[in-house]
Amino acid sequence: MIYRFDWSVLWSGQSGIWLLQGLVTTLEMSVLAWLLAFTLGIASGVLRTALIPPLRWISTFYVEFFRNVPLLVWMFFWYFAIPPLLPESLRNWLFDHGVEFWAGFFALGVYHGARFSEVIRSGIQSVPKTQFEAAVSTGLTVAQAYRLIIVPVALRLIIPPATNESLNLLKNSSVALTIGVAELTFQTRQIETYTAKAFEALTAGTLIYLILCLTIAAIMARVEQRVAIPGMIAQGRAGEF
Amino acid sequence: MDTGVILNNLNFLIVQGFIGLGAFTGGTLRLAIPAIILGFILGVFIGLCRLARSSWVKIPATVYVEFFRGVPLVMVIFWFWFIIPVFLGKSLPEYSVALAAFVIFEAAYLSEIVRAGIQSVPHGQVEAATATGLTHVQTMRYVILPQALRNMIPALVTQFIVLLKDTSLASIIGYVDLTKAAQIVNNREIRPFELYLFIAVIYWLCSYGMSRYARSLERRFAQSAA
Repeated sequence: MIYRFDWSVLWSGQSGIWLLQGLVTTLEMSVLAWLLAFTLGIASGVLRTALIPPLRWISTFYVEFFRNVPLLVWMFFWYFAIPPLLPESLRNWLFDHGVEFWAGFFALGVYHGARFSEVIRSGIQSVPKTQFEAAVSTGLTVAQAYRLIIVPVALRLIIPPATNESLNLLKNSSVALTIGVAELTFQTRQIETYTAKAFEALTAGTLIYLILCLTIAAIMARVEQRVAIPGMIAQGRAGEF
Repeated sequence: MDTGVILNNLNFLIVQGFIGLGAFTGGTLRLAIPAIILGFILGVFIGLCRLARSSWVKIPATVYVEFFRGVPLVMVIFWFWFIIPVFLGKSLPEYSVALAAFVIFEAAYLSEIVRAGIQSVPHGQVEAATATGLTHVQTMRYVILPQALRNMIPALVTQFIVLLKDTSLASIIGYVDLTKAAQIVNNREIRPFELYLFIAVIYWLCSYGMSRYARSLERRFAQSAA
């Protein structure tokens, strides 16, 4: 079978606009989910090193439960199972404002929050204990020691694994197409459906993802050089899965 | 909560969806186990290529790894789904498409584990092997790889967990795995909360169980190395 290439499908008709819209949705969802994931990750990462056992248990439960279940299952769960349980007014608001997007955002953010948590915990644990002791002995409270000393140092140590995780989040946003979010992969498929030009459509989508990932990786490598603390690297199995 | 929907469909969800015995060619394990084995074989090959001296071998392997690590798995599955029919002139069943996509995709990640495993073998071992008169290939085969494989095992178990979770994405091309089986039941029964929570627990049990196992292996190897 001979395949006839026709790259013009990418700029004729609506394809270009679709790709652009898909890219914007992917970025919107990734950035919002990243903020949620990072917040949850720092909170639970800190709590997992806390001295009070119940706090540790809650955060351990969160991390182990959410990261050990496929993201796709979480997407279905937040999209199909949760909205019927919500109060009517909130449900109506969600259905008026793109419930797919918010379910996808929530699934992505909560799932990656659990994964970020592991990265952040390994960062915190690689800050020498003496730093904490010195901070407390200068009169800082435990919360202040974490906020002013431990977490800022830890964040500088975890840039490589955190970048990796952020890129995973960006790539995983493509799973949201299963619940109907019109993100980049969804639009790529739409072009394929309308033009029957699978090769061209997939090439365009793939290239956009590659460019995004490589650009972010390159920027973060420079950031890392600038903020790295000489002689210190985060130890441990940060965010492997 | 209505647990009846789970009990009535337990056989379909577990035997068909999870294990893969039944009317459909499906099953999470039936996809995940061959995928990790074949992916590992390809991963060893690519990992060795990345460590080769010749840049004619090294650069293509590096491009392969960086490419697949920079692209979402969903995209790779669609590539195989749409491109295989163009090349072969006929479409393949979902199982073959999914298996091909997972092997090719996972090999990129597995090759990084292989590379790290090989690099973790001290260089003195190579020198000692060469001094006893072994060739380069023999050194790799009898000295480096056996030690490297042992170092890799915990990371391989971890990667298998990733793969097991990722196989849920095969459902987007219609492959009947655990996630798709739950979807099928849900379309009939409309019990999303119970069904999706149930499969979440199944995935969790497998994946958490294996992650504990990986951790205990790691500890044991760390002790025996010390």
